[in-house]
Amino acid sequence: MEFFERFAVPHPSPAIYASMVAIGLTVIAIIAGLTYFKKWGYLWREWLTTVDHKRIAIMYLISALLMLFRGGADAILMRAQLAVPDNKMLDAQHYNEIFTTHGVVMIMFMAMPFVFAFMNYLIPLQIGARDVAFPRLNAISFWLFFAGAMLFNISFVVGGSPDAGWTSYFPLAGNDFSTSVGTNYYMIALQISGLGTLMTGINMITTIFKMRAPGMTLMKMPMFTWSSLIANVIIVFAFPVLTVALAMGTMDRLFGTNFFTTSNGGMDMLWANLFWVWGHPEVYILILPAFGLYSEIIATFSGRNLYGYKSMVASMVLISLLSFLVWTHHFFTMGQGALTNSIFSITTMAIAVPTGVKIFNWLFTLWKGKIRFTVPMLYSLGFIPLFTVGGVTGVMLAMSAADYQYHNTMFLVAHFHNTIIPGVVFAMLAGFTYYWPKMFGFMLNEKIGKWTFWMLTVGFVLAFFPMYISGLDGQARRMYTYSEAAGFSMLNMLSFVGAAVMAFGFVLIVYNIYYSVRYSPRNIGANPWNARSLEWATHTPVPEYNFAITPNVASSEALRDVKNGHDLFPGKYEKIHMPNNSGLPFIMGVIFFVWGFSFVFAMWIPLIIATIGIFACMGYRSAEKDHGRYISVKEIEDTETKLRGA
Amino acid sequence: MKLKWALLAVFFTITTVLTGCEPLLVLDPKGPQAERQANDIMLSIGIMSFIVIAVLAILTYMLIKYRASKQSEDYEPPHIEGNPIVEAICVGIPVIIVIFLSIVSVKSNYIVEATPQGYEDQEPLVIYASSSNWKWHFSYPEEDIETVNYLYIPTDRPLEFKLYSYGPITSFWIPQLGGQKYAMADMVTTLHLAAEVPGEYMGRNANFSGEGFAENAFNVKAVPPAEFDEWVEEVKETASPLTEEKFNELLEPGHLGQSTYTGTHLEFSPAPEHNHGSSEQDEHSTDEHHESGHSEHDDEHSQH
Amino acid sequence: MKIDNSLPLEYSTDQNQLNILGFWIFLGAEIMLFGTLFASYFTLVDRTGAGPAGAEIFEITPVLIETLLLLTSSFTIGLAVHAMRLANKKATMAFIGITLLLGLAFLGVEIYEFVHYVHIGAGLQTSAFTAILLTTLGTHGAHVTFGLFWGTFILLQIKKRGLTPETGNKSFIFSLYWHFLDVVWIFIFSFVYLKGMM
Ligand code: HEM
Ligand SMILES: [Cu+2]
Repeated sequence: MEFFERFAVPHPSPAIYASMVAIGLTVIAIIAGLTYFKKWGYLWREWLTTVDHKRIAIMYLISALLMLFRGGADAILMRAQLAVPDNKMLDAQHYNEIFTTHGVVMIMFMAMPFVFAFMNYLIPLQIGARDVAFPRLNAISFWLFFAGAMLFNISFVVGGSPDAGWTSYFPLAGNDFSTSVGTNYYMIALQISGLGTLMTGINMITTIFKMRAPGMTLMKMPMFTWSSLIANVIIVFAFPVLTVALAMGTMDRLFGTNFFTTSNGGMDMLWANLFWVWGHPEVYILILPAFGLYSEIIATFSGRNLYGYKSMVASMVLISLLSFLVWTHHFFTMGQGALTNSIFSITTMAIAVPTGVKIFNWLFTLWKGKIRFTVPMLYSLGFIPLFTVGGVTGVMLAMSAADYQYHNTMFLVAHFHNTIIPGVVFAMLAGFTYYWPKMFGFMLNEKIGKWTFWMLTVGFVLAFFPMYISGLDGQARRMYTYSEAAGFSMLNMLSFVGAAVMAFGFVLIVYNIYYSVRYSPRNIGANPWNARSLEWATHTPVPEYNFAITPNVASSEALRDVKNGHDLFPGKYEKIHMPNNSGLPFIMGVIFFVWGFSFVFAMWIPLIIATIGIFACMGYRSAEKDHGRYISVKEIEDTETKLRGA
Repeated sequence: MKLKWALLAVFFTITTVLTGCEPLLVLDPKGPQAERQANDIMLSIGIMSFIVIAVLAILTYMLIKYRASKQSEDYEPPHIEGNPIVEAICVGIPVIIVIFLSIVSVKSNYIVEATPQGYEDQEPLVIYASSSNWKWHFSYPEEDIETVNYLYIPTDRPLEFKLYSYGPITSFWIPQLGGQKYAMADMVTTLHLAAEVPGEYMGRNANFSGEGFAENAFNVKAVPPAEFDEWVEEVKETASPLTEEKFNELLEPGHLGQSTYTGTHLEFSPAPEHNHGSSEQDEHSTDEHHESGHSEHDDEHSQH
Repeated sequence: MKIDNSLPLEYSTDQNQLNILGFWIFLGAEIMLFGTLFASYFTLVDRTGAGPAGAEIFEITPVLIETLLLLTSSFTIGLAVHAMRLANKKATMAFIGITLLLGLAFLGVEIYEFVHYVHIGAGLQTSAFTAILLTTLGTHGAHVTFGLFWGTFILLQIKKRGLTPETGNKSFIFSLYWHFLDVVWIFIFSFVYLKGMM
């Protein structure tokens, strides 16, 4: 009995019990459904063992959407709790768990996989490659991410959620003040998915450097690929810092070390430093690919080339360098003195310059264009002014003396949502709508899409702009309730209304998918948006080998070149080498999950067994002889005629 | 598009109505530091609104002028590479703005990190403010008294708060007197404030510190110096002494009301040794401290 | 699988070239990893709490032995790659074997060192300093351990399959890894031990 007690949730509530039942029922339903429809084999062959970058992308996409709803449910609960003063709907402990998981889920398990979905799908298509450099490793990355995400999510029903904030500052996150296993989940789930992220970074950089089609020099790459390249470079340099920080945090919690404790020389400030040395670059890992998507979309729907390609690239390079030099702005108030604050205040504001350049370049891309207001374009156009607000409030925060007043308040919360929602989330939804036809062969309904856009935009403004005001009125962030006398009840009510409107918007997305699956026409051709870059030059849906003939690229706008008489696909069909599917990545994901779970609960024997299992998989992989397979010319011809006919 | 403008208009009316009645705490300063910060905030809001409006204006112009529905079927947008002059302007204007704000920011940093301007020749009142889950302990070493969860301060006198924590990182914040600063377990930070207007102010821990965080607030009462002295006298006559035993009891996690003691806990439970960010150190030694790279000062507090 | 014979064996296929570039990028990440550990080490080095400081526990002899072993092994792995390029299977295997033995000896001394530290009251839990010291050394040691298994696997594969583009590629990448560990050790030697003993 004692053994099982540790798995109990320390602060149960009816909602948690209800979720347990719901999770149980869903799992049973999925298993029963798969068995009944005899889909196990299909699932295994086509998805769980796939190494195809396009399928992996779709799995990232589905995970990201699921996590969006998990994080969204947290969000609406928080806003409901704060809607009225002295609310008793949630108690402090639950509120703390909810904002912690909200932050982690949204950044690590929603935004990151969303970004990876597009990187996976688009990079090989945009550079004219057959797959990424290491397809098998790519699958491992995905399954590690997924294992981490699942591990983090079960904390809610097994053992208790983390409750020290997504920043997990020590000593609050240490054993003395966080006694449940929640923070163990945080440390280990992030470690596992972070490992996957690092591998993706290595994979994508290698792909972009080595696998570009003939003719595609670096300065002829589509902008999304450029932005991804830079984001992945940031990943490779930033994530190891997180790895170390998490390892030290884990050791403090499980092995009794004194890295961040308040005794025996421990130093709580070291965690804050390490966390933000990773954390600030992390926000740029998210935003740069988003910038890339906007660049593609704005160019397409302006019917024009992207304005200032070179300065776009230069500004991203500059941003990536600066992003490692600003981390202290997250704790100007730690007492490091006027000089340090001044230095970091200036470096932080400096980031606004390259960011501003990008904004102007998008604006000038509209100039002399022929602007079509499609759904992806609406998101991009909404992004420009809203993100500007987020950026300029960032500059305000960067003024360190003034930040003493903004820090830890709703003003800060408003700032980063103002950058992340119109910046990252809108970009993902825009990209989602824009590339949906490429992925699935039909369009999403434009009318429902427009409604969604307006609900999200209006909801966003209603939900977050009041926070700027309540922050200046002294509302600290992460408070589970406040008194009537504090005077910001109305503003919080407004935020709740906005959040509710946004929630409807997100539900509409699901409805849109359902509606479009049923009613959208299927005959849309390869390039339904009349886009300009290479990924639209292959068929819809994309065959597994991407391009039957390796393209010969002349500029970053392949389809415009074709219009001007360029021969994009010279030569004739040749047999194509493709990697084999493998079950190993999935199995490693499962073992990593077991490993993580054992670690969280300090169950050493299963932990050792799982560790051996992981190494056994690696050993097996090393000894395995796998030279992939070939697609014959005959098969290519058949596929091509079929796709052309369709 | 019309819908958007209508909504924006509604939004702005709502916010002005909401905020019109009472000034926001941060923008209603009662001391020199908060005032400096409020001025910086207003200044930056002004400049930033200019940027936002400029972007909105250009965007609107582009959307109205170049939307497809206004153009002929066969209009083919031209291919335009970047233009060095245009791009130089796009870089230049932000650079100028950032330089200007940097100057303001740096100046303000040195102001808020020092004894408030105009008070330099006065002896500051030193108060040790320490947090424990989820309370604030205020020790007045000179007066030899200690309070819990409320603060009495004289107006028109510089205040020097020495901050530290008996637990998680907290942040000491009295919005109307000035911005916050962290209180941590292994070093003392210093916050310089002053109050110019008598009154009652809200003070709280702004940094999340666990279950009782929301209620981790305290009341600040600023009174004229004479009244403050009276209060000290009164405390000395009426309050009971703070024993070590009593103090340990106070440290137990939980919430307490306000209470007052004679004597301070500093005698038997002194503040952490490492001192950081005090004005003297910063004004006179920051330069050598940073040029010398890893002086012992640096080691206390990780990489800068 | 296209094999380009004009290139060294380890670069001779497209996939081989990808592997090598990918591994260099991975080493970039490793530099950040150890860089972070070093930065943390320097931050915590004086935070000894009630425990001993570096100067009180470091012993020069085992450290010198370790250094010698690892430097030599870096040299022998270089010879292994040289032999591999000359298509000399026996010599390649012999040099990899020697490298692994030297690595094993290194590990043995390091384990002795750790046991010694714990013995004299400088365990993982003693202070922030001992924690970061043992973590930094331990991370390096874990890398060496992993390298021993990996190298053994490569050795077996060369034995069974001979020097193919694949095994050649693997041994080359392994040599990069091993040289990297050597470089890290030189930093540890200079900035942890020597600086600590001064
Ligand atoms: C012009 C560019 C930007 C500037 C100058 C800027 C500045 C800042 C500053 C100074 C802070 C710390 C404030 C405080 O803690 O008191 C901050 C926090 C933050 N910013 Fe930004 N920022 C910018 C862009 C972005 C972008 C693009 C993102 C995300 C995609 C972002 C996400 C965040 C997040 C997540 C936090 C804090 C989260 C937390 O404390 O939990 N920022 N920003
Ligand atoms: Cu930041």
